[in-house]
Amino acid sequence: MVDDPGRVAARQISDKPTRQLAGKDILGIQEMSVSEIELILDTAESFKEVSTREIKKVPTLRGKMVINLFFEASTRTRTSFEIAAKRLSADTINISASSSSVVKGETLIDTAKNLEAMNPDCIVVRHSAAGAPHLLARLMRVPVINAGDGAHEHPTQALLDLFTVREKKGRLAGLKVAIVGDILHSRVARSNIYGFTKMGAEVHLSGPRTMMPAEVERMGVRWHTSLSEVIPQADVIMMLRIQLERQEAGFFPTLREYSRFFGLNLEVLKAAQPAVLIMHPGPMNRGVEISPEVADGPFSVILDQVTNGVAVRMALLYLLVGGEREAERSDP
Amino acid sequence: MRDKGKMKKRDKETVMDGETIERTLLRITHEILERNRGVGDLVLIGIRTGGVYLAERIRERIEQLEKVRIPSGIIDIALYRDDFATGLPRPLVGKTEIPFSLKDKRVVLVDDVLYTGRTVRAAMDALIDFGRPQFIQLAVLIDRGHRELPIQADYVGKKVVTAPQDEVNVLFREVDGQDRVIIQEKIS
Repeated sequence: MVDDPGRVAARQISDKPTRQLAGKDILGIQEMSVSEIELILDTAESFKEVSTREIKKVPTLRGKMVINLFFEASTRTRTSFEIAAKRLSADTINISASSSSVVKGETLIDTAKNLEAMNPDCIVVRHSAAGAPHLLARLMRVPVINAGDGAHEHPTQALLDLFTVREKKGRLAGLKVAIVGDILHSRVARSNIYGFTKMGAEVHLSGPRTMMPAEVERMGVRWHTSLSEVIPQADVIMMLRIQLERQEAGFFPTLREYSRFFGLNLEVLKAAQPAVLIMHPGPMNRGVEISPEVADGPFSVILDQVTNGVAVRMALLYLLVGGEREAERSDP
Repeated sequence: MRDKGKMKKRDKETVMDGETIERTLLRITHEILERNRGVGDLVLIGIRTGGVYLAERIRERIEQLEKVRIPSGIIDIALYRDDFATGLPRPLVGKTEIPFSLKDKRVVLVDDVLYTGRTVRAAMDALIDFGRPQFIQLAVLIDRGHRELPIQADYVGKKVVTAPQDEVNVLFREVDGQDRVIIQEKIS
């Protein structure tokens, strides 16, 4: 009895152990396991190499369609996903809120169902309402990746941050990570808090008390009123963008005052570890939360974050699209 | 091929022991040097994972014989497979490491077992992206027949007759503690 040739061939090729993601979606770091995160980071390492080749394309997702459904403006994240998909030979479609049927009053659910009727292979969604990607994931058979939902989570950012630190430091466990800024409104902070604590690092927060969430200790982190408290011990300092609108809402008096107390500049950096990593999810307000000298200085890995973002997103698309799903698996 | 699947297997037969493997690799090395008249532009590329160890051993023998250390690289074909649609578990993607252009090089692709030919097809697709070689030759330790594509090896360690349900496993001392080629059959 001869097996189906496709399966026989796969058995011949498949000489490595397989590890898989738990679900069909990537919605948040909070629900991910350590081994899932490790799988993504390990896979991303191999994909990073593809972007250094002369021909930066592999045929892996040929014929697959990835839809970027962005209800909030984004250049960086959307471009990163688009490049990741294209390097895997997938096709991409970008839908932004202003130009879509949402303007005509179509609900999120209808938008999703209409898209699904056209058979895409993955939806990447950014939305101002926390939980929107989760709603889509429940309703759709297609894998959904959360590219940022309100102030809730931005899992792919945290994954690329974890990747960057792991690459530079060789490990994550035992490191001290400082996250500085508007923690209250930051989905990047939340995802990173979940991510770094899960992987065994110690997270310390700093920022104005007005922008520190009420029960932050419940997330397993320590917060400090002053920046100088977190700098000396930190292996990683992650600066968050401060938004002008927050000043108008009364969270701090002026940008200048914010910068004086919580801005990272060379003077403040003098107290830091010699091998400290400076990170920022972007876009930066040069001169506000971070000075140009630090942003462009030797400790900054901000541009590495961007490069690694493509590799991590390639890894996610690879692991999610065409991945094994229970219903499709047949016994050997 | 190292299959860590959940199916139960039983050793049927040892096809090659450590000593035979060494002699065979030496013979293959000589054949490569003979056919290519030396080491000019010669490059070894091992297919992950079995081909990698073999390529390294061939490279060492070439260095012993010709006093030249030729360039070598590693190719991982996970991203070039043709069986995504089968819905089978995806293998871990390993790193491809070819830190040089293959333009005008004479490539000897190395793998442990040649079976359906699909792995080699995928490897060739991947290699062409690194530059246009002069040619690609294929060296395998075991040819077990049952080709599904028109692929053939230039250098063969041993031809082995197998049934489709058999598995041919090459064990390497670098990871398995011993050098051995065994045929295993499934017991269900």
